Amino acid sequence: MNEILAAFWHALGLLAGGDPELLEIVGLTLRVSLTAVALAAALALPLGGALALFRFPGRGALVVLLNALMGLPPVVVGLGVYLLLSRSGPLGGLGLLFTPTGMIVAQVVLVLPIVAALARQVVEDLWVEYEEQLRSLGAGPGRALWTLLWDGRHSLFTAVLAGFGRASAEVGAVLIVGGNIAHVTRVMTTAIALETSRGDLALALGLGMVLVTLSVAVNGAAFFLRDWSRLRHG
Amino acid sequence: MTVIPPSRGMRPRGLWPSRLLPWLLALGLLASSGGGALAAKRPFITLASTTSTENSGLFAAILPRFTAETGIDVRVVAVGTGQAIRLARNGDADVLLVHHRASEDRFVAEGLGVGRRDVMYNDFVLVGPGDDPAGIAGLADVGEALGGVARARAPFVSRGDDSGTHKKEMALWRAAKVDPKAASGDWYREVGAGMGAALNISASMGAYVLADRATWIAFKNKRVLRVLVEGDLRLFNPYGVILVNPQRHPHVKAKEGQAFIAWLTGPSGRAAISAFRLEGRQVFFLPGS
Amino acid sequence: MGEERNDMVETALEPAPTFRLEEARHAILPLVLRGVCFEADGQRLIDGLSFQLRAGPRTMVLGPNGSGKSLTLRLCHGLLDPSAGTLGWHGSEGEGVPGDQGGNGGAAQVRARQAMVFQRPVLLRRSVLDNVTYALSLRRNAKVSREMIRIRAQQALERTGLAELAHRQARVLSGGEQQRLALARAWATEPEVLFLDEPTANLDPAASRAVEGIIAAIHAGGTKIVMTTHDLGQARRMADEVLFMHRGRLLEAAPADSFFNAPHSPEARAFLAGELLW
Repeated sequence: MNEILAAFWHALGLLAGGDPELLEIVGLTLRVSLTAVALAAALALPLGGALALFRFPGRGALVVLLNALMGLPPVVVGLGVYLLLSRSGPLGGLGLLFTPTGMIVAQVVLVLPIVAALARQVVEDLWVEYEEQLRSLGAGPGRALWTLLWDGRHSLFTAVLAGFGRASAEVGAVLIVGGNIAHVTRVMTTAIALETSRGDLALALGLGMVLVTLSVAVNGAAFFLRDWSRLRHG
Repeated sequence: MTVIPPSRGMRPRGLWPSRLLPWLLALGLLASSGGGALAAKRPFITLASTTSTENSGLFAAILPRFTAETGIDVRVVAVGTGQAIRLARNGDADVLLVHHRASEDRFVAEGLGVGRRDVMYNDFVLVGPGDDPAGIAGLADVGEALGGVARARAPFVSRGDDSGTHKKEMALWRAAKVDPKAASGDWYREVGAGMGAALNISASMGAYVLADRATWIAFKNKRVLRVLVEGDLRLFNPYGVILVNPQRHPHVKAKEGQAFIAWLTGPSGRAAISAFRLEGRQVFFLPGS
Repeated sequence: MGEERNDMVETALEPAPTFRLEEARHAILPLVLRGVCFEADGQRLIDGLSFQLRAGPRTMVLGPNGSGKSLTLRLCHGLLDPSAGTLGWHGSEGEGVPGDQGGNGGAAQVRARQAMVFQRPVLLRRSVLDNVTYALSLRRNAKVSREMIRIRAQQALERTGLAELAHRQARVLSGGEQQRLALARAWATEPEVLFLDEPTANLDPAASRAVEGIIAAIHAGGTKIVMTTHDLGQARRMADEVLFMHRGRLLEAAPADSFFNAPHSPEARAFLAGELLW
């Protein structure tokens, strides 16, 4: 109990104090996770939608695989991406290991299945409703894909937020691929892991509360953005 | 003739800014993220070292001095000894700083590293619950102490992760002529984790554990644990620094790496190491002292 | 009369001025069906359908529930493929291959000359105006500018009394307004054939009359109307010719007067008396 109270105290102090190192870590966390989510969404939304609309041999297996990949352990992804980006690996020449860009790559791999699987479900459900009318209007499957993605944008946005939640909360992938290097690749979750390994549980928990606050802030901003956008459209 | 009366409605509103705004924000984020990558153009080396060294706070204390003197940044990737050596083997680091002589020698012998130098040493301590169920507090012989733990079947946490600490621990068990693995899962708990995690678990369990002194002093969750056995010469823990062989990995920053090794083993580095204090105590000692 | 949005109005309209999107337009009518059958889940739902749809008269497809009216419309419009029989546009008999649309121009062109309005309007999650421009942009060719599309869309909204709602979100409109939007969307594309599947089934009488007025205006502009309804009063008001179906079969095809006053089949007589339930 003492530790939890101490953690609250830490969290308040951190949030109010504007500690430059903390701000640096928060900034990097946002940069890595938001970029990863944006990239993953750009790839995953059309992919999921296409999976919903097109029929081809092996489609069922691909749907099952995509759903299963939602549960991909971050540490496994981290290992896989490390092996790819290592100097001894196929993409070593890119020099992305232990850099924020490498971390973004790892998080894209984590987030993409989630957004794609959810997008597939959203588009599939919409297609049931829209199919006859869209075909009647003369929309081919390609055009229909973009139309459905736009029409389902509210549900898809929630899927993207789910992806952000996964990215900002994981530690396994960014730890292995980033290396938790001070001032370079240290993000909130790896900082929490570090303080835990130092035994400073109160500080670790306090950082955890800051991370939750950050997540609330991002989701709150998304909520207001959506509301404001709805209001503008009347 | 009339037309169908229009439905009452609101005035039309501008469309484009509101629809584009989310996309503009996304673009802005992507753009800003690119900027950070360009900022760090100072020369740097990647140092693969161990979590115990990092957790002690040594790097935070001495590396800024090196950067101030040479303008070279040192990026520390702190992982277990096994993983640090693996990183160096793969060429993902420029310099390796670990504390397991046998592994270091093998690394050089395989042609993966060059120019191994002694850096410093610290020592291990056998830590355990204050009530000491195995009754080993104050023993001078760590082999005897471990034998006592085994006989009492008192809970003992092992890092079990092939780290320098873990290898030291296994060597000590061999010296005590005890095979703890036979009791793995029983009183011998292999956690497969770093020093900090192992200490956390020991603190919660009230178990014995072998720890390096620096991590122990810096550790903030000691709870019931206390140092019970120390000072045995076999608990001596020397560190070595090695440059990753640039002939094996041409991209290795040999010049800057050598500059770091020279600094670390030279007067400036040595002074910084011996000046480092944890809770008022010196924890890293220079060879020969 | 009250100030309701869907006031009953006289709908004596001259044909609205039209743009021509393409130069020479190959007429896709008449549509000829020969022995068309449709099966699903092992059940034969449509059997031996043979009739012709010619330009001009408003065709009502009538029949009790389950008679296959909606399926017939979908088969004609190409949303479903027949299991047997032929379906040919441009007056051709098809090649004898089920589902062949025949004639010149290709299937896409044939589809582009038709439009369909469903019982429940399916509108996109965007503004009223954008719903119409969407349909037009699907048929766009290089000669048609964005501006022209917008103007046509605006015209369609004016003709259906939705001009003031142009920038509202389509989904917040009332049921009647949504169906009028679906009609405006169809009208804007200047279809040669307009299929309507029970378009007023979910609407109140005032909204229904407004929709009927719009359909009449579309017909006056030269579009062939093919419609189903279970409202006999509406059928009497609007039909020029009737296709009467029962249990997947076409029982009668006759001009409206002759069907309503002197139906041939006992089922038709029972239907008109309100006694044929399925």
